Amino acid sequence: MNAQVPSGRCKEVFAALSEYLDMDLPPESCEELESHLEGCPPCIEFVKSLRKSIELCREYTPTELPKPLSDEARHQLQEAYQRMLLARERPE
Amino acid sequence: MCGQREDAEEVAQETMLKTFESFHQLRDPERVRPWVFRIAKNVCLTKRRKSIFAPSPAQEISLDELMPSRDSRDGRMKLEIADWSNLPEDHVLRAEMKTALEAAIRELPEIYRSVILLRDAQELSTAEAAQILDVTEDVVKTRLHRARLAVRKHLDERLRRVKKAVTL
Repeated sequence: MNAQVPSGRCKEVFAALSEYLDMDLPPESCEELESHLEGCPPCIEFVKSLRKSIELCREYTPTELPKPLSDEARHQLQEAYQRMLLARERPE
Repeated sequence: MCGQREDAEEVAQETMLKTFESFHQLRDPERVRPWVFRIAKNVCLTKRRKSIFAPSPAQEISLDELMPSRDSRDGRMKLEIADWSNLPEDHVLRAEMKTALEAAIRELPEIYRSVILLRDAQELSTAEAAQILDVTEDVVKTRLHRARLAVRKHLDERLRRVKKAVTL
């Protein structure tokens, strides 16, 4: 675990990290942020942990699969699907 | 978004029905995915308005809550971050983190949960998420950042607890 004292600049970096990681930050802001990161190990660690969190979110799938559809729901969906196909064949 | 598995199943069915029924209203077939998500969001909100268990109006997460803690002795900021470096290789730890991630996402206030699910889990663009949620792109960005920070904080705390237990 790291416990280090960051500078006031860390707070500004902290606020812009998602845009930085999404590559949405303007080039000049990006350069400023990277220049801060070069000299700030706590911020580097923070960025790594945030990036890892985002990766985990992107791999996220709920563990439980939904139950199979009931017969009634399946029937309703089939009817709605047929109506949709008919509407597409005969547009108003 | 629904918070409850049974509600989510009902919302999914209702969304499919509405999708078929209003398919002729789809103007841009290239954008069918955000269009279906938008229907799902509306179905979900309608269902929640009717529910006696509906949560209170949107809770905001302040950025300050997500900032690293202050040292109680001198009041200065300090970063306390668990070591995440061996996460990719450690299968037990990754399974633990997946459970923690589900809890972290579930505990987010709805306005943040919907954004992180659309942007990160479903990998929709900022513009698509904004369209689905009826908010501006700036709002999506702000909420996404806070949601990610809240999830990171939750995962970091879990990681520290797990590592502490392992080393005991």
